[in-house]
Amino acid sequence: MMSPSNQSADDGAVRLREINEDIESMQSSIAGALVRHGYPDAAMFAIRLSIEEALMNGFRHGNLEDPTKCVEVRWKINADEATFHVIDEGEGFDPESVPDPTLDENLEIPSGRGLMLIRAYMTNAFYHGAGNHLEMNFRKKAQP
Amino acid sequence: MSADTSRIRVTDLNGVMRVEFVDRDILDEAAIRQINTELIKRVEAAAAPCMLISFRGVEHLSSAALGTLITINSLSKKRGGQLRLSDIKPSIMEVFTITKLNKLFHISDTTEKALEGFGRK
Repeated sequence: MMSPSNQSADDGAVRLREINEDIESMQSSIAGALVRHGYPDAAMFAIRLSIEEALMNGFRHGNLEDPTKCVEVRWKINADEATFHVIDEGEGFDPESVPDPTLDENLEIPSGRGLMLIRAYMTNAFYHGAGNHLEMNFRKKAQP
Repeated sequence: MSADTSRIRVTDLNGVMRVEFVDRDILDEAAIRQINTELIKRVEAAAAPCMLISFRGVEHLSSAALGTLITINSLSKKRGGQLRLSDIKPSIMEVFTITKLNKLFHISDTTEKALEGFGRK
């Protein structure tokens, strides 16, 4: 179940138990805050995609699809930047160990593009600690 | 899997399977798995499958959906066929460019352009 969150404010937090849980209400809440603060369509696209990819990584690669584990999402949005924390209950990983999916020899591998998309679309994205806590942010003015 | 619950629409265009998506957002893990299964079934049922996937109306696409496209592309080639993509809006085209998958796929602006010469080697 999604735990209570501050749905109408610029800050919020949810704990999700499965990827197919109602993440639409979380995305709607985040989108509402982004609209209120005047983020353009391209930013909305970038942030939505990055959250989806981070959640997918958390559930699939972090929690290894263990239904007893949750992924926590926390966000804080203001007129200048939107910051997100996506925390899984897995053992973590070394982000530098992920092969570059854009190399010719890796182009036909079906997986491994989530993190590179997050890094491409967000202003900053990095892992804390063991690698199960992703922090990413989008600075409105930093974008072209 | 009944046609009622399918996440795709498939039309035969002179021997080319044109695939369109029911949903605007191709993000949901379960939906992507279902699309993956349906497309594999279609490709495996055809000799030298020619498949055109149109993204008309699609607003969002995840890396898992890209994975499905890569799988279908490989399978089509393996069976002597081809996969082409079309009608991709600029924001989604950027995803293909960032991942450099624009180098892997045959991408056309429109369905009509994608159909030109399709099926001829």
